[in-house]
Amino acid sequence: MQSEPTTPPKPAPTQSSFGLGHRAEVPHALSSGPGQAATPMQMAIAVRGFSSWYGDFQALKSLELDIPARHVTAFIGPSGCGKSTFLRWINRMNDTIPSARAEGTLDLHGQNLLEKSLDVVDLRRRVGMVFQKPNPFPKSIYDNVAFGPRLHKTYSRAELDELVEQSLRQASIWNEVKDRLHASALSLSGGQQQRLCIARAIAVGPEVLLMDEPCSALDPKSTLAIEELIESLADRYTIVIVTHNMQQAARVSDETAFFFEGRLIESGKTEMIFTKPRNKQTEDYVTGRFG
Amino acid sequence: MKSLPTSSDAPLRDLTHLGRPKSVSARTWRERLIVGTLAVAATFSILVTTTIVIVLARETIGFFEFPDVSLVEFFTGLEWNPLLGAEKHFGIWPLISGTLLVTVIAASFALPVGLISAIYLSEYASPRVRATLKPALEILAGIPTVVYGFFALTVITPLLQKANPFLETFGSADAPIAFGNYNAMAAGLATGIMILPIVCSLSEDALRAVPRSLRDGAFALGGTRFDVSVKVVLPAALSGIVAAFLLAVSRAVGETMIVALAAGGIAQITANPTAEVQTMTAYMVQIFLGDAPATGVEYKSSYAVAATLFVMTFILTMIGQWVLRRFREEYD
Amino acid sequence: MAKSRSIASRVLKDRTFLWACLIATNVAIVVLAVLLMSIFWQGWDTLSWKFVTSFASRKPSEAGILAPLMGSVWVCTICGLVALPLGVGTAIYLEEFAKRTWFTKIVQTNIMNLAGVPSIVYGILGLTAFARMFGVFGTNVDDAITLGNEEGFFFLRLPFGSSVLAGGLTLMLVILPVVIISTQEALRAVPSSLRSGALALGATPWQTVWGITLPAAIPGIMTGAILSMSRAIGESAPLLVLGGLLLVFNTPTNLMSDFAILPLQIYNWAGRPQDEFHAIAASAIIIQLCVLLLFNGIAVFIRQKLQKPLQ
Repeated sequence: MQSEPTTPPKPAPTQSSFGLGHRAEVPHALSSGPGQAATPMQMAIAVRGFSSWYGDFQALKSLELDIPARHVTAFIGPSGCGKSTFLRWINRMNDTIPSARAEGTLDLHGQNLLEKSLDVVDLRRRVGMVFQKPNPFPKSIYDNVAFGPRLHKTYSRAELDELVEQSLRQASIWNEVKDRLHASALSLSGGQQQRLCIARAIAVGPEVLLMDEPCSALDPKSTLAIEELIESLADRYTIVIVTHNMQQAARVSDETAFFFEGRLIESGKTEMIFTKPRNKQTEDYVTGRFG
Repeated sequence: MKSLPTSSDAPLRDLTHLGRPKSVSARTWRERLIVGTLAVAATFSILVTTTIVIVLARETIGFFEFPDVSLVEFFTGLEWNPLLGAEKHFGIWPLISGTLLVTVIAASFALPVGLISAIYLSEYASPRVRATLKPALEILAGIPTVVYGFFALTVITPLLQKANPFLETFGSADAPIAFGNYNAMAAGLATGIMILPIVCSLSEDALRAVPRSLRDGAFALGGTRFDVSVKVVLPAALSGIVAAFLLAVSRAVGETMIVALAAGGIAQITANPTAEVQTMTAYMVQIFLGDAPATGVEYKSSYAVAATLFVMTFILTMIGQWVLRRFREEYD
Repeated sequence: MAKSRSIASRVLKDRTFLWACLIATNVAIVVLAVLLMSIFWQGWDTLSWKFVTSFASRKPSEAGILAPLMGSVWVCTICGLVALPLGVGTAIYLEEFAKRTWFTKIVQTNIMNLAGVPSIVYGILGLTAFARMFGVFGTNVDDAITLGNEEGFFFLRLPFGSSVLAGGLTLMLVILPVVIISTQEALRAVPSSLRSGALALGATPWQTVWGITLPAAIPGIMTGAILSMSRAIGESAPLLVLGGLLLVFNTPTNLMSDFAILPLQIYNWAGRPQDEFHAIAASAIIIQLCVLLLFNGIAVFIRQKLQKPLQ
């Protein structure tokens, strides 16, 4: 953990802004496939002057960042750098920690997520989350997926069946579980459980999917399956993934942000971060010299 | 760089139109109502404590307002004689002495036996031994205290009386040493049996909470199982064990039915385990079973005794809580 | 100049301690065996179906335990119906909703203290609060406010007096802290990752508790509930304070009925000098232990069969 004394928020250093600056819409000539070359990348999340604390400890210091819609953004950095903390602000899971607080601007499609009046329940429906360790509920596979939708809407039996099937299909696990939908979710393997958790998150129809080191508890084969799944979901959802694994960040993400000691050191297109980082610390980290 | 969706066996449809949304305001109100109800339930426990304190305080004050009662005598008097005789005496010490005698006998049986059993269960016992011992302790823990009282009266006392011919050689004509039909020893032993499962299971919990790595470390240094259990694990679990002891002792202090059946009814200051003694709880039973008028000084005196008992067990519990908080070893 | 201690002496110490262990652990088993045998020895002969279905009598040969048995059933049912919702609700509030304020800390410490209060003190509270209602309805039984028909099933009287309702509520006070603490432990055993999972799907705190946490904690809560109920069945001191040793010749018919309970009947008989009464006390203990065994059996069954593995 960091031992650096708390410093008052100060103007963000230039290198910690995303790409070309603070504009909400950034033209990315190189971003997606050839067909999209001319369209500007739409931003889902805009972060300005964002700081957060646990009690007296400042975990995040004046972040400036834009996260593009329907792309994969990876947060990388050593343990304790604040990347998971930041992720948990996007769906306000930090509300469960009494000492956690934040300042600044964190906008999702123009709505400030730090407002007191915000309905966090509705926010979490719009921003799904997948955790480090698979955490299926001790219920059947079907009930795991149906749990979220049932919270928010009333469905007919047929509608719910279709929703569960589609969610499981999107999470590429339908073929493995379609014959045992009413078996306990705990009977699945770790990798299957994690894909079930992704299906569970998808089922409530979120716009954003947050993934907090989703593969760290899985074997390489299951990791590969999840990575493929992330890629397949990227044209439908805004995905933010926290990872320790730099190869993983390089493989699955379009954009990468490097966190270090509570600061956003550098962010931009993934190829740029990994091949031509502008910052020395980023270079040291991505080349494996520390971290 | 990005591949196409892999799960392409069926076209993926947008399903957000499915279902009828539930009312947000109904959800919010239901949530508030439920949490409010639960909070009221949680406040009930405070109400219980407050009422206990108020009731005991009010009646105790009423007791001290009687002309033949004095606060000084209550806390320093060595004679408790509220029912018989021309002159009533309300000195609490004979009752405290009786309570302490029974508690000391119970503790000197249950604490060592319970702790050693706990060490055995946690550090030595095979799963098979555990599987017989744990249920035995659970059954002991579930037996009503009135049954222990009956056991003390009909089994322990007759057994103790077998030692009378031997004991009588120590006594004199004025102060005979022999187990009567009611005696502190039988009540103390039965109380000890009653608190044994508490000592054992709570101490075992404390011992098992000591992380495996600590034991491995001690074994790796060449410790025998005895060294590891007694010199490493036991000290590490000490706070939990002390708390278990205090809880068990406070149970013994507050135990009622055993002493009411087996300890007798003579309030006297003695350390002789063969003697008949009256505890604070046994005195309360005597009053509430008797026909002392509810407005009389005898009746009110039971509230003063109850208040003393409440304060004693309260202090024991608080010390136990403090030990747990203050000396708790944090392991991850 | 360190002197190496002989290995032999260390091994000897190890051995000696092991023997102490074996003796200590066998004490529990031996005591249990002696206790059960002595009770069966004393009480088996007088145990009969007639004993279970007869009312009390001055003659030990004709006495039975029907009234105290039914009294225990009534009192414990009332106790459970009040203590379980109240205790589980309190535990849920403390574990799942309450913020760590000074107030919750006081509530928590207070519950630990209540668990240590001698049961006879709860008897005094029950006597004052339920049986006499602090005297606000007068102290004379004839002045009592009544509601419903005394012979009917629905009958209420204020104050409650030494009725089954007052008895059940008094026992509720005794087991409430036990229910709260065991439920809290069961809730704490539910991995917090399940709560996070539900919250992240947009469940409200209550939906999380009702949909995920509570179902996962049910086996633990049930086990704790049954164990606290078995404590209630065996508890006698508070009810002794509440009503004394009532000689009752009826089974309760409504909430205001007088009642006897099994452990107090045992106390009554055990306190008599005659051996005949000791014998029927032992018979009553056998019945009492059978009821307890049934309860504990259910608890063990739930623990083993219903407890699903949680990760």
